[in-house]
Amino acid sequence: MKLSRTPLVILLAALALAFVPNLGLPAFYDSLLYLVLHWVVLATSWNMLSGYTGYFSFGHGAFFGTGLYTSATLMARFDWPFLYTLPVAAALACGLGVALGAVVFRVKGVRGEVFALLTLAVTFVIGTIIVNTPIDGGNGVSLAGVAVPKIGPTPSSTFYLLALITATVTLLIAWGIAGSKLGAGLFAIHDDEDAAEVMGVPTYRYKLIAFGISCALAGVAGGIHALFLNYVTVGEVFTIAVPLTVVLMSVLGGSRHWAGPAVGAVAITLLLYAFTGSNLAVAGKAMVGAILIAAILFMPEGVLPRLQRWLVRRPPALPVAAPVPAAPAVRTAATTDVLLQVRGLHKAFRGVRALAGVDVDVRRGEILGLIGPNGSGKSTFINVVSGHHAGDRGSVVFEGRNLLGRAAHGIARAGIARTYQIPRPFAHCSVLDNVALAAMFGGAVPDPDAARRQAMQWLDFTRLHDKAHVRPDELNLHQRKFLELARALASRPRLVLLDEVLCGLNPGEIDDAVALIRRIRDQGSTIVFVEHVMRAVVALTDRVVVFNHGELLAEGAAADVMQRPEVMSAYLGQPAPLAAALGGAHA
Amino acid sequence: MSGFTLPSITLLSQSILSGIFVGALYGLLGLGLSLSWGLLRLINLAHFAFAFLAAYLCYQMASLGMDPLLSLLVIVPLFFAIGAAVHWVMARFSITPFNSLLLTFGLTGIVEALIQSIWTADFRKLESAYGHMKFSVGPLYVPIPELITLLLAIAISFAVWAVLRHTDLGKALRAAAEDAPIAAAFGVNQKRNALLLAGTCSALASVAGVCLALSFTLAPSQIYAWIGVVFAAVMLGGLGRALAPLLAGVLIGVSEAVTMAVTAPSWAPLVSFTLLIGILLFRPGRVA
Repeated sequence: MKLSRTPLVILLAALALAFVPNLGLPAFYDSLLYLVLHWVVLATSWNMLSGYTGYFSFGHGAFFGTGLYTSATLMARFDWPFLYTLPVAAALACGLGVALGAVVFRVKGVRGEVFALLTLAVTFVIGTIIVNTPIDGGNGVSLAGVAVPKIGPTPSSTFYLLALITATVTLLIAWGIAGSKLGAGLFAIHDDEDAAEVMGVPTYRYKLIAFGISCALAGVAGGIHALFLNYVTVGEVFTIAVPLTVVLMSVLGGSRHWAGPAVGAVAITLLLYAFTGSNLAVAGKAMVGAILIAAILFMPEGVLPRLQRWLVRRPPALPVAAPVPAAPAVRTAATTDVLLQVRGLHKAFRGVRALAGVDVDVRRGEILGLIGPNGSGKSTFINVVSGHHAGDRGSVVFEGRNLLGRAAHGIARAGIARTYQIPRPFAHCSVLDNVALAAMFGGAVPDPDAARRQAMQWLDFTRLHDKAHVRPDELNLHQRKFLELARALASRPRLVLLDEVLCGLNPGEIDDAVALIRRIRDQGSTIVFVEHVMRAVVALTDRVVVFNHGELLAEGAAADVMQRPEVMSAYLGQPAPLAAALGGAHA
Repeated sequence: MSGFTLPSITLLSQSILSGIFVGALYGLLGLGLSLSWGLLRLINLAHFAFAFLAAYLCYQMASLGMDPLLSLLVIVPLFFAIGAAVHWVMARFSITPFNSLLLTFGLTGIVEALIQSIWTADFRKLESAYGHMKFSVGPLYVPIPELITLLLAIAISFAVWAVLRHTDLGKALRAAAEDAPIAAAFGVNQKRNALLLAGTCSALASVAGVCLALSFTLAPSQIYAWIGVVFAAVMLGGLGRALAPLLAGVLIGVSEAVTMAVTAPSWAPLVSFTLLIGILLFRPGRVA
């Protein structure tokens, strides 16, 4: 891994800023700078979950407030020294966030606006509880008698230095996450959480980790702020103002960049300061509103990404394709060794039986065609085997292990990859990063750079290498289908489930895709191939199984199976006497 | 906290009645919000700011001697135009639902600043002929301003319901919310309909604002006090529906009022927000 300059720059900047109290500026400047750094911590910590994953939390005030009241209570009631209260504040805020996340992240529909409102509601509930219990009692907590530790030359510089340390740590963490495997997973969750999970990202765990870190940092900021304010009340903390301010800062700066929220925080805090104190406070409020509107309309991605696009015209250099670790011995024929054994698989959607007890064996090295009329359960089969949907009953044994009931990311890691009929690339990641993500998670490559080098190999394989740095929305359908294939391959699967990869392609493109699928098998993967294009099925498959009404109807060589009367009637309808009499057998 | 005290039957009934009245205002405020969120996919925080701006305009006109209900004749068309104009801008930039929340928050800040610079941050109370009117039914007091709010809320909710249910415009709006491109293919002029609906939503906000001015004291900071509970009513009722916000609003209003009567007023937020959390966790599909 190459050494990055970014953390060094952060540390040097922090070191330089640490000398500000020695300049002999009025204490007032210490406080202003403290506030700037305070908002840098809050906005940057918020961004770790919300900006990276798109789960916009409006509950940051709750975690900030929890830290604040924890420190305040420990100092005022239990006479704890100030610095000792900070770890407790972080721990309680983190615990609250993780507990909330453990419930909320399990419910599938709680995303977007729903998550925002839910976290906001939690803020008000906690605030109501605190104000009505002896923690606050409705009168606020005064910290007038608490000693400020002597870290800087004056009390105000002490707060400044504490905030500086916290901000430095927060920025380092934010930078570290953004460039790590964790960050790649979080960004993938932002774009398409289901696809990320199927690709091997442990979405639930990652969201909890990000939420936990985010809340802990907010808790520390709260703990410091308690003593800075010296007198804390619920009305100032458990409000919609804290989350809205941090959202505003992050969106303004750019919420997909680790430094975006910090840029926004500095800008907005200084701007607000410029208006307060004078008789322009009201104009300041309107100004902030106007800036927010302008930012949303003209720079919906934030200032920082926009600046980057201006400054960095040249696309980053392509990584050199690394030879992928040696593939298993090349096979071109099926074996009799069973790779995947499915028995009695059931899946119903609210009473509609999509799979009614199917038994399928997939042999190592073969291309198994999975065919049947629309609604026969083919896609459901792929969705259940890949873990996209949970199966109801039965067993899915892959290489001797039953995978039924496992989370999708576990199935991906076990060695099963899939493609989607309608490609689902991660829209905000480059084509290269889309493939690298699969290598990192499904293929268990820990280092993002190594994953990118492997990904180049798969882009070569699918002939997408010249598109490595474009966004997926610039690809045509044919290329997007190949991107799906590259992603599936990058996880080095033993079994690939292809869901109608040929659907929507023209005859020339179908020929390309068929050749590619052959090459996929030749480099060592077993393939289950759901398809309606019969000429491809006949050309590619060693064997086909036919589904009808969620049951297995027939099994055998493609050309042979298609001749059987029960298969023909499943596709074409029963040769009913009346229909025959009317000459009405329709295709 | 004073602990649990069992209030008398009269006190309890009076609480329930005032809960119904305040709930009607929740419903009236929530109606426009629910329609805009459900049918236009825009979360309009500025709804509350518009309501307060209308309330202040009503206050201003009343202090010049105009009847508050007559002032609706000026206020409603004005806010219809404002709402349509704001929507025109948002549609022009094809704003996502989440960004609409942020954008209208910015707008709220501007309106708040405007109100503060014209009417100051002090509390203002509208003085009108209705202010002190009330009558009693048995032991219960029925204040006239609150009764006007309730009747307006019921009438408007049913009118909106009828339009959505039984007119071509209503069907077109619901179809476009379901799938805009398909609706457009069937000849629905969604651009015009959306402007119409957005205008109607802020007109509804202005009616709610006039009701607000009739029975509550006004201050610019109060804009934010209503957001949480009205959102709870909207989500409890389900999005894009006409009668549900009123029913949900009344349910929340009553449960808050009873909580206040049984414990202390400061516990009241717990009811609406716990309800909201419950709905979001157990029926998230209702919203998204």
